[in-house]
Amino acid sequence: MANRDLTPAQRLALARHPDRPGTAQLIQGLFTDFFPQRGDRLCGEDGSILGGIARFHGRPVTVLGHQKGHGLEEHLACRFGMPNPEGYRKAQRILAQAEKFRRPVITFIDTPGAYPGLEAEARGQGEAIARTLAVMSALTVPVICVVTGEGGSGGALALGVGNRVLMLENAVYSVLSPEGFASILWKDASRSAQACEVMKLTAADLLDLGVIDQVIPEPEGGAHLAPQTLYHELDRALARDLDSLEKLRPQALAAGRYQKFRQMGANALRKERA
Amino acid sequence: MSSILAQRRQKLLAMKALRSSPHVPVHARQDCPGCGQSVERRELASHHYVCPLCGYHHPVSAYYRLSLVLDKGTFRELDANLISNDPLHFPEYQAKLEQARRKTGTGEGVVTALGRIGGQKVAVGVLDSRFLMGSMSAALGEKVTRLVEQAGRGKLPLILFSASGGARMQEGILSLMQMAKTAAALERFSQRGGLYISGFTHPTTGGVTASFASLGDIQLAEPGALIGFAGPRVIEQTIGEKLPEGFQSAEYMLEHGFLDAIVSREQLRPTLIQLLGLHRKGGDEHGQP
Ligand SMILES: [Zn+2]
Repeated sequence: MANRDLTPAQRLALARHPDRPGTAQLIQGLFTDFFPQRGDRLCGEDGSILGGIARFHGRPVTVLGHQKGHGLEEHLACRFGMPNPEGYRKAQRILAQAEKFRRPVITFIDTPGAYPGLEAEARGQGEAIARTLAVMSALTVPVICVVTGEGGSGGALALGVGNRVLMLENAVYSVLSPEGFASILWKDASRSAQACEVMKLTAADLLDLGVIDQVIPEPEGGAHLAPQTLYHELDRALARDLDSLEKLRPQALAAGRYQKFRQMGANALRKERA
Repeated sequence: MSSILAQRRQKLLAMKALRSSPHVPVHARQDCPGCGQSVERRELASHHYVCPLCGYHHPVSAYYRLSLVLDKGTFRELDANLISNDPLHFPEYQAKLEQARRKTGTGEGVVTALGRIGGQKVAVGVLDSRFLMGSMSAALGEKVTRLVEQAGRGKLPLILFSASGGARMQEGILSLMQMAKTAAALERFSQRGGLYISGFTHPTTGGVTASFASLGDIQLAEPGALIGFAGPRVIEQTIGEKLPEGFQSAEYMLEHGFLDAIVSREQLRPTLIQLLGLHRKGGDEHGQP
């Protein structure tokens, strides 16, 4: 079936496809000279967030993304891409360095959500996400975010406060996983396909809602069938956006990002006579 | 400010607090979830809805909490008429909103206001857990963000009391984006030297915990309040075991380093007055630096 005819539920399946290029593959396909940075300098290292320094068309950049891994061993090591607070605090550290060394930031979003575990709560999952949002919002370097697979809930948004937000054609981005959504709203997780229809989680829906700026086309049948084609498309979009953002002054970059998120949901309000 | 105006403002808040509280005959009794005893409603009301037997803090409306902390006659509500527009045309959402508005007497799940506490002018917001669980809608995020920006412009201390079940499912991704919007506004406010006191009340979870509630300079909570990111049921399903007693309680969060203090409802106003005083520029009220 051609990409444009896919239902939201079919796109969700592609977004979760086990062979879909993850953050590690995207970094390899798009950058050179990658040096991974590890650890939050507080208590741990979390493999579900992969980040570090690399070169993009020669210039040093900071890259950061959720890492689901491939194969059972990797999946378990990074909890299927669901970060603990250590992952978000590592991200904050890496973002602060991007600011210090004036490196543009490129993030890849691909997570079902932050890990809902006992230790994660004990170590402040909520605070870790909140602080990452705050840090990212105030950066004075260019920030480009790409929703590459599954963008689920606050755990996804934590890496999503960009001057530009791009999204792959078959990626999804939503307030919660469709299963979680169905189970909260209808007390029935099996109604996930129905949830996909009402949630407005596809790239086209989110472009309409003003949540993303651009849809990156995928090879027919999904990114995993021809990753090189995807890297080529994404490379072009990133290079163009980065060139234009690098012309802006530091304060204008922070102010522009603030305004971008400031107007999120502006059409979702009305005034009623008190 | 003229005293007539102050009196009118005080009456208005008292009326709203009364109207937004559940209608119960004064002699009705209520079972306390804390101790299981039945307590007379009037008795409960005279103790700020804190159980006189066990100290359990019953939920109260946003207006009631405002009447508890603000100086008399200083309440000025902001953006009272800003409400949700059902942006995704979600089935049955309009009817749910209408019902919530009737039940609580507020247009959205947060009441924002200007007022004074111990004479100090403040910007204050209170989430109402009875309005669709205090869930984060675009209107709620907008009211909070406007309050933060107004506090920034007026160089006022900011106080937010949270109570939320998380995202407003019916507003989908636009609900999620309010986390970034409010966090960004608070970061700006903080960088310009603003004081933000965050108060967690029962229950505060999900996107509100993972955005504005957790970014306070000072973080307070009511005794026994549930505070967390993931809800207890989701965690139990994930790890496949029962959660330990007291997990995600205010006391647990204090022990794990995410709160400065647990403050009883009785002590809330005096504590705020103390904190505001400690942050007042140019010394104390006697002008001593
Ligand atoms: Zn009791």
